[in-house]
Amino acid sequence: MSTTNNTLPRWADVLLIPIINIALALLVSGLIIIAIGEDPIEAVKILLVGAFGYDEAMGYTLYYTTNFIFTGLAVSVAFHAGLFNIGGEGQAYIGGLGVGLVMLALGPILPFYLLMILGIIAAAVFGAAWAYVPAYLQVYRGSHIVITTIMFNFIASALMVYLMVNVLIAPGSMAPQSVMLADSSHLPFIHEIMNALGYEMVHTPLNISFFWALICCLLLWVYLWHSRWGYELRTVGFNEKAAGYAGINTKKVVIITMCISGALAGFVGINEIQGVHHKLLLNFTAGYGFTGIAVSLMGRNHPVGVVLASLLFGILYQGGAELAFEVPKITREMVVTIQGLVILFSGALAYMTRPWLEKIFSLFSRPASATTQEA
Amino acid sequence: MKSCKTLLAAVFSSRTVISSRAAKNLAPVLAVGAVALASATAQAANIKPAVVFDMGGKFDKSFNEAVYHGVERFSKDTGIKYRDFEVNNETQFEQAHRKFAQRGSNPIIGVGFTQSSAVQEVAAKFPETKFVLIDSVVDLPNVQSLLFKEHEGSFLVGMLAAMKSKSGKVGFVGGMDIPLIRKFQCGYEQGAKYANKDIEVIANMTGNTPAAWNNPGRGSELAKGQFDRGVDVIFAAAGGTGFGVYQAAKDNGKYAIGVDSNQNHLQPGTMLTSMVKRVGVAAYKAFSDAKDGTWKPGISSLGLAEGGVDWALDEHNAALITTKMETAMEKTKAAIISGKIKVHDYMSNNSCSY
Repeated sequence: MSTTNNTLPRWADVLLIPIINIALALLVSGLIIIAIGEDPIEAVKILLVGAFGYDEAMGYTLYYTTNFIFTGLAVSVAFHAGLFNIGGEGQAYIGGLGVGLVMLALGPILPFYLLMILGIIAAAVFGAAWAYVPAYLQVYRGSHIVITTIMFNFIASALMVYLMVNVLIAPGSMAPQSVMLADSSHLPFIHEIMNALGYEMVHTPLNISFFWALICCLLLWVYLWHSRWGYELRTVGFNEKAAGYAGINTKKVVIITMCISGALAGFVGINEIQGVHHKLLLNFTAGYGFTGIAVSLMGRNHPVGVVLASLLFGILYQGGAELAFEVPKITREMVVTIQGLVILFSGALAYMTRPWLEKIFSLFSRPASATTQEA
Repeated sequence: MKSCKTLLAAVFSSRTVISSRAAKNLAPVLAVGAVALASATAQAANIKPAVVFDMGGKFDKSFNEAVYHGVERFSKDTGIKYRDFEVNNETQFEQAHRKFAQRGSNPIIGVGFTQSSAVQEVAAKFPETKFVLIDSVVDLPNVQSLLFKEHEGSFLVGMLAAMKSKSGKVGFVGGMDIPLIRKFQCGYEQGAKYANKDIEVIANMTGNTPAAWNNPGRGSELAKGQFDRGVDVIFAAAGGTGFGVYQAAKDNGKYAIGVDSNQNHLQPGTMLTSMVKRVGVAAYKAFSDAKDGTWKPGISSLGLAEGGVDWALDEHNAALITTKMETAMEKTKAAIISGKIKVHDYMSNNSCSY
């Protein structure tokens, strides 16, 4: 493997391979679209225009991206410590519950700036608490974290249904939804800000939590690669036993890492509850937690990669919806298939094209690579 | 018997109703049907209807599918094409309604109570567009809210279940545990107790997530569990999960009651009846009213009196229903319609106290 790393320049590894993989996925999707009798070029055009073409599309794409950044970061931070957090969905759900409860209780009393900070804290605390239990069970009881985090998704779902149906439902409401949150707790939409600045922009769900997602990327990058805790975290990820021998409190690291992971997933609740829906409701997580796993894999567990992968998934979600909207023959199941192909080619088959690419590169740069290998 | 059958016939073959109406002015209808796209100027083609389906999708074998069949039939009968969209998440409801409204779709049907806030939002911004919301209420001058009195229909099938039961125990299998399904359950319980005040009703919900609408394996398990406890008739208000219940009833020689569509044909011989909720007919009517210019906003509550809900009697279950049962059912139905029997609606106070 070390020699293969030498034969492929870094830019090809991080940029070219993903692009080739996505192109392959689109190629196969194109074949499927031809098979149902539609024009694949037209479909790609609709998908891309639907994701970027106008301000509304852009807003929706970035709104999805926001959620994927949070859940993608959540999975990747755990992954760096060798933990596979499948519970992003449940942590996001409970994070949103935390945001909702705080806003319902304090929304009418406090000003916006306090509520914004409280929302972040509530999402983080609730999400982290939901991740803490599986972490504790893993560290002190030996229950595998993959199993427990999956099961905690179901518990979160059951808890939310119980609360929404029995406790938090707005009086007289047909749907299990809470009363609307006070205006002071709403996060400003980007289109509101743009309109205030004099730029015309239509209503989209994109709100300022997008910037918080980007800040989280930066914070996580600093934490992972430029702090002692991050060093410990990555050491545990490489080899937990060795880390233990080196004097790192591995139990503490696992628990803290899972709490950070849960907190990040919980921030989905800020975007959804405080940013978009302005009330507590069921199923607002809509699978973002699970998609976060694919986002993290595709982004190679690096914050920058996660942002790019999130953008890709944002495009697929929004452009895909547009595709289903514009072309009646392409159903939403078809769109899921296309998304699945992208995940398959860039996640599971990520290294399939690598040997060929290496051969091509070695043809062009044989003398150079030969000297480096001898050296 | 006769009245019920004619009503059923009328509702299930609205096509014949339409065609007889169409016979009066055959020429324009034919023109529209034949060259619907070319004749954009034709009067009847003025509407551009659209449907936004719920998360379950248009092929959920139940609620959404009933609407799908309703609008498909409308499309076939009139030659008017409609657009539709199936959402993947909550945020897309608003997006879909806004998009349809922007592109001039009119009227737009929103299927399911989860769309109420989206319709509220978009209908306010497009006052010229007609919106139809099924299963929930939005109070705007351009919104028609279609509600169904599921408790009334459930009351009837609950009564039938209790009359059919030999063990004195009847069962209920709900889909996702939400107020709407508790409304079914509550009506069913009242009906069962009305027929036999000592009856025991054993109820289970399939789950807490939308996956509960489509889990026949779990439905079958719950049904078997209830049979083991002595239940001999089960009402399944659980979407696709119900198929497991119907299969289990057949395998164990017990009875099951279908929901939403007339599901009697699924397991003839063990399907006691179905609690029919005619969302498809309602959707059809909304479109054709808009076409004829008779569409009206406001709340319409469709119960037994309006034919919005009913119990299904056809050739598949006729052998299971004695004349005595049928007379009792028709009598009760008339009593509910006339208001002599009041069925408590779970959603009126979010509790099943009657």
